[in-house]
Amino acid sequence: MANVQELEKIASQVRRDIVRMVHAVQSGHPGGSLGCTDFLTALYFKVMEHDPKFNMDGTNEDIFFLSNGHISPVFYSVLARSGYFDVKELATFRKLNSRLQGHPTTHEHLPGVRVASGSLGQGMSVAIGAALAKKINGDSHLVYSLHGDGELDEGQNWEAIMFAGSKRVDNLIATVDYNGQQIDGPTEKVMSLGNLHAKFEAFGWIVLDVEGNNMADLLRGLDEAKALTGNGKPVCLLMKTSMGKGVDFMEGSHEWHGIAPNDEQLAKALAQLPETLGDY
Amino acid sequence: MKKYTYTESKDTRSGFGAGLLEAGRKNPNVVALCADLIGSLKMEAFIKEFPERFTQVGIAEANMMGIAAGMTIGGSIPFTGTFANFSTGRVYDQIRQSIAYSNKNVKICASHAGLTLGEDGATHQILEDIGLMKMLPGMTVINPCDYNQTKAATEAIAEYEGPVYLRFGRPVVPIFTAPDQKFEIGKAWMVNEGADVSIFATGHLVWEAIQAGEQLAEMGIDAEIINIHTIKPLDEEAVLKSVAKTRCVVSAEEHNRLGGLGDSIAQLLITHDPVPMRYVAVNDSFGESGKPAELMKKYGLDAAHIVKAAQKVLQLKKQRAGTAAFV
Repeated sequence: MANVQELEKIASQVRRDIVRMVHAVQSGHPGGSLGCTDFLTALYFKVMEHDPKFNMDGTNEDIFFLSNGHISPVFYSVLARSGYFDVKELATFRKLNSRLQGHPTTHEHLPGVRVASGSLGQGMSVAIGAALAKKINGDSHLVYSLHGDGELDEGQNWEAIMFAGSKRVDNLIATVDYNGQQIDGPTEKVMSLGNLHAKFEAFGWIVLDVEGNNMADLLRGLDEAKALTGNGKPVCLLMKTSMGKGVDFMEGSHEWHGIAPNDEQLAKALAQLPETLGDY
Repeated sequence: MKKYTYTESKDTRSGFGAGLLEAGRKNPNVVALCADLIGSLKMEAFIKEFPERFTQVGIAEANMMGIAAGMTIGGSIPFTGTFANFSTGRVYDQIRQSIAYSNKNVKICASHAGLTLGEDGATHQILEDIGLMKMLPGMTVINPCDYNQTKAATEAIAEYEGPVYLRFGRPVVPIFTAPDQKFEIGKAWMVNEGADVSIFATGHLVWEAIQAGEQLAEMGIDAEIINIHTIKPLDEEAVLKSVAKTRCVVSAEEHNRLGGLGDSIAQLLITHDPVPMRYVAVNDSFGESGKPAELMKKYGLDAAHIVKAAQKVLQLKKQRAGTAAFV
């Protein structure tokens, strides 16, 4: 099992993959991808029991749903780096005839993807469904999901949050990428989230706070979340991150939500991210 | 004209309820979800026998569609139940992304379709659902004609792998198909063989088409009546074979003229075999409150309108034949 240092090394390579993928097609979403790199690295390289041989049903393994599908670069990189498909395929991202569509899909049969996402607000419902199926199947493994904080503007989330609390879906750990940014600016300005902690709690969830760009704290939070499952309540991880984390000129701003670096910016970014596993 | 009689009338939604129970007995993977309309969807029997395989979602249809999509991951076969309007228009993007594009084995079961839910009025009378659903790649669209066919269709879709939209209704309509019928998805049912005009009907308008066929027979017109219970995939072979013989067509459905069964048939014919055709459908309008029979009459969906449409296409066929003689 990887330790904190090893996970950080993997995360550095994943960040390189992200900026290189987005640069290569001059499109995609680097900001949220970089912010959630540590989380996805921790999940796929340490926390989840999962099988890169991939079967859709995911029986007897932990499964993950990416609701904020626009951060597909980090998802694809982590899937490839953990063995779901060849890392060389990352070079096809967003190109014609690729399995790596702009937003993740099952349509092209990319291993590791269990539902399409991109139109926001739908992933928590799907994760709840998969969690219910695990209960029906007597499968004690967990369902993880990731959601943007801006994504919580979508009403379907609140239907899902109410359902999970009310129906005691306690084999679900839903994480919110709490970076405080969305396309048009800070969440506080666009649509205030209010006291998110209290909101989830009021809907019957256990809520944990975690520093999403601190690997040691992430592992602590995820361990704690895991330990709290099975107690009649769904678990929410409010994960503080910085959009664009790891690339100084991208960090902390919504400006890099959905634009690609140019050649010069790419070089500047890669200089800050050690190549630890070999570029694709 | 083949004689069709009935001794009993029932709502098609009850056929769904009975079919769901049977499907549940046959296949342990069948599960059901409902958005606070258990009684309206006739799901009580299933819930009573399989309480652990039922999920009450509350009045939250978007969430229900997503949960259903998620439940397929792990092998469940979810049947969602709510009104047709809330099964389609309200949740179109959820169905599009999480079910259709993701190719999830969800059965979207929709009651109270069309005008004939009656007094509730246009907010609930969806007339666009067939069009919405048939436009989704990979979606199968089924609209059975009576209680027995709805029951058989419900059992059949449980055995079929892939997303399905099953449409049925609230009104009590005659039961004229066999209780033990085998339902074949995508296979049209020949109700009456005829030579003069093809009437392609779906849902409870098949019964109206039979009534129309009898009236036409009295006028010496031999109508071929075909039940298109599966609108997508359309049984193109059956349609083209019938049209090759009759050379004129009427379509009949409880749906907007735009986007329904008629359009599917017209598209097929314009490509392969253009012949005179008329639609019996709602003429691009919303519905209103009223009794089902009153609404069918006012919006031009009853047997009388099918007869009129048949007479019109027969006249056009005749004119065409006349023109051809001069050429």
